[in-house]
Amino acid sequence: MKPIDQLLIRNVEIMDLVGRQREKADVVICGDRIDKIGQVDFETFAGQIIDATDHLLLPGLIDMHVHLREPGREDEETIESGCAAAMAGGFTGVCPMPNTEPCCDNQEVVRFIKKHAETQLVDVLPIAAITKGRAGNEITEMVDLARSGAVAFSDDGSPVRNNAVMRRAMEYAGMVDMLIIDHCEDADLAAEGHMNEGEMSTRLGVAGIPNAAEEIQVARDISLARLTGCRVHIAHISARESVELVRRAKQEGVPISCEVTPHHLLFCEQDLVDYDTNLKMNPPLRSAQDIAALEDGLKDGTIDVIASDHAPHSVEEKDVEFAAAPFGVIGLETILGVVLHQIVDRQVLSMEEALYRLSIAPRRLLKLPVPQIHAGEPANFSLIKPKDTWIVDVKKTRSRSRNSPYDGMTLRGVVTAVVNKGLIWQPNF
Amino acid sequence: MTLQSRHLLGLEGVSREEITLILDTSESFKEILQRPIPKVPTLRGKTVVNLFFEPSTRTRISFELAEKRLTADTVNFTTSSSSVKKGETLKDTIRNIEAMNIDMVVVRHSAAGTPLFLTRCVDAAVINAGDGMHEHPTQALLDMLTIRERIGKIAGLKVALIGDIAHSRVAGSNIRGLLTMGAEVMLCGPKTLMPMFVERFGVHVTFHLEEALEWADCLNVLRIQLERQDKGLFPSIREYHKLYGITLERLEQAKRDVVILHPGPINRGVELDSDVADSDYSVILNQVTNGVAVRMAVLYLLSGGNPSIE
Ligand SMILES: [Zn+2]
Repeated sequence: MKPIDQLLIRNVEIMDLVGRQREKADVVICGDRIDKIGQVDFETFAGQIIDATDHLLLPGLIDMHVHLREPGREDEETIESGCAAAMAGGFTGVCPMPNTEPCCDNQEVVRFIKKHAETQLVDVLPIAAITKGRAGNEITEMVDLARSGAVAFSDDGSPVRNNAVMRRAMEYAGMVDMLIIDHCEDADLAAEGHMNEGEMSTRLGVAGIPNAAEEIQVARDISLARLTGCRVHIAHISARESVELVRRAKQEGVPISCEVTPHHLLFCEQDLVDYDTNLKMNPPLRSAQDIAALEDGLKDGTIDVIASDHAPHSVEEKDVEFAAAPFGVIGLETILGVVLHQIVDRQVLSMEEALYRLSIAPRRLLKLPVPQIHAGEPANFSLIKPKDTWIVDVKKTRSRSRNSPYDGMTLRGVVTAVVNKGLIWQPNF
Repeated sequence: MTLQSRHLLGLEGVSREEITLILDTSESFKEILQRPIPKVPTLRGKTVVNLFFEPSTRTRISFELAEKRLTADTVNFTTSSSSVKKGETLKDTIRNIEAMNIDMVVVRHSAAGTPLFLTRCVDAAVINAGDGMHEHPTQALLDMLTIRERIGKIAGLKVALIGDIAHSRVAGSNIRGLLTMGAEVMLCGPKTLMPMFVERFGVHVTFHLEEALEWADCLNVLRIQLERQDKGLFPSIREYHKLYGITLERLEQAKRDVVILHPGPINRGVELDSDVADSDYSVILNQVTNGVAVRMAVLYLLSGGNPSIE
């Protein structure tokens, strides 16, 4: 990561994800701005030059669902290591969830996160808690939190159980048009489950979490979004029934959106046959039918966003018997590769549509400025070589944790540079 | 012939030939157990550790006795807490124990998949003595040995498992083993104690005891964990006994020579009445004797030692 003085990116294919156009040009960046797009005489250019033939230039990718573990569990991830993983994954923005220690339920923690991310290339846009201590009882000072930099509210990991509290939260957040993000899980139905409830959980003798545990809370959130008019976003949707509920609610005009993770698209419950704790996540990996419904949801626009739910856990915590292992996997460095390799190559989405869900769609939901690749605009973009493949080696991850289910897998799309805030990161520098 | 795997993690994937081998070997050991000095030097010099993370006197004693009858050195590691105290992981525990030169590990743990996890941590052969709601292979093997001994065959028999199927690793292994051996299996219990999609295993499922009684050649009556009632999985012990308890009176609906098994310990008057448990239908004490023989056979076959038993 280093500051940009004068940078020329030659012969690059610019992908305009909003206008859905591609254009080949040279791009000059001066400090933190795009200075010029067009033909540039590189021989007389005084500054860094990147020959970007076969590269794509994308509006900076943003991951709206990550866990950075700082403050509290710096052994698992820090803001700095999380940002390093984000850059390596092609991201210029991440939204950390508030389940830190202490929890991000007050301005102090929001400021702490923003301050520690100041010198980072990656925009760190904290999501604050819906309720104090994520305890589900009293709503946080949402307006003040929004003013100090929180971009949305969520009690991710410990969903708000009380319907009246959730209603008040939506009403209150709605006053400042903030997004409420819900991890939908009925605590009683999910109980002590460790994987999807189905034939596989019976086979493995592991307590299951039924689809209905998610579906019920999605239905609740839709009802409350309808009632309050607040914009509600369903985190990591996993069950086919939930997708159908969101689809119908959208048709009706309810302000609801949702995201899917790459692991819920790539893996299914059958993959748990060896009790691999790196495939233990919440919501759990579902069935092939659910995956098909998630793909349909992406195709018809029911699912707005793809997000990693990057959840670092230490080796000590994951390398244990299945029931004792925490939920979650890391994914910032692999999400783009999985999306290109699985979602685009399997023709679930076109490249433009897939990348839109990793860049434009989340920013629109969060009411963040969308990076424009035009002269005079802030330079916020990623450079990738879309055709190149690479093999995931978890030992080389920039994250402090290694709980990746993608180790050894061949993915497509190599990140060659990310640019934001007047800084450039390239993998080999 | 030998076993395919170095470990016995469950009966999933264990072939009919292998199960038959274990049962035949068990019969040879049973003969030895009837001798005045019921002991063979088969595992002399080998060390077996019994790693019990759940309280289980019966299974542990059965394994320990089997090990001693085979002249193995045994070490017991018993802790009531399912997960090892904070700071030391299960992996640490097992590696420490293995550093003391262990040949085989017998493990019981409340978390399904733990025996498989241990095979990745150590070189020793691992025997599953019950993992969560998953499998308890030696129990199913001794059940099958007992059935075969009493009726002379397993293939073609109708075996009903009665009670809490969902939480039962005994059921988990019996279903797999019995189907592999060519028996028909019916599961009978309240829906709240029936695992999801279990019919996909190729078993019959009924919620009505009468149906199971009329159908079965053997009834394997599972122990009902009384704490399940606290969790609201069935309304009362009274109603459970009324619907699923095996009484002499109800056995009038069963085949005349029906065979009754129970993995023990029995909740007398709940899933099984005393007069049934102590009747001629019952082979419960044979199960206990066969348990030692089956465990000797498994230890012996997995030790990869001398092919001749003595
Ligand atoms: Zn979540």
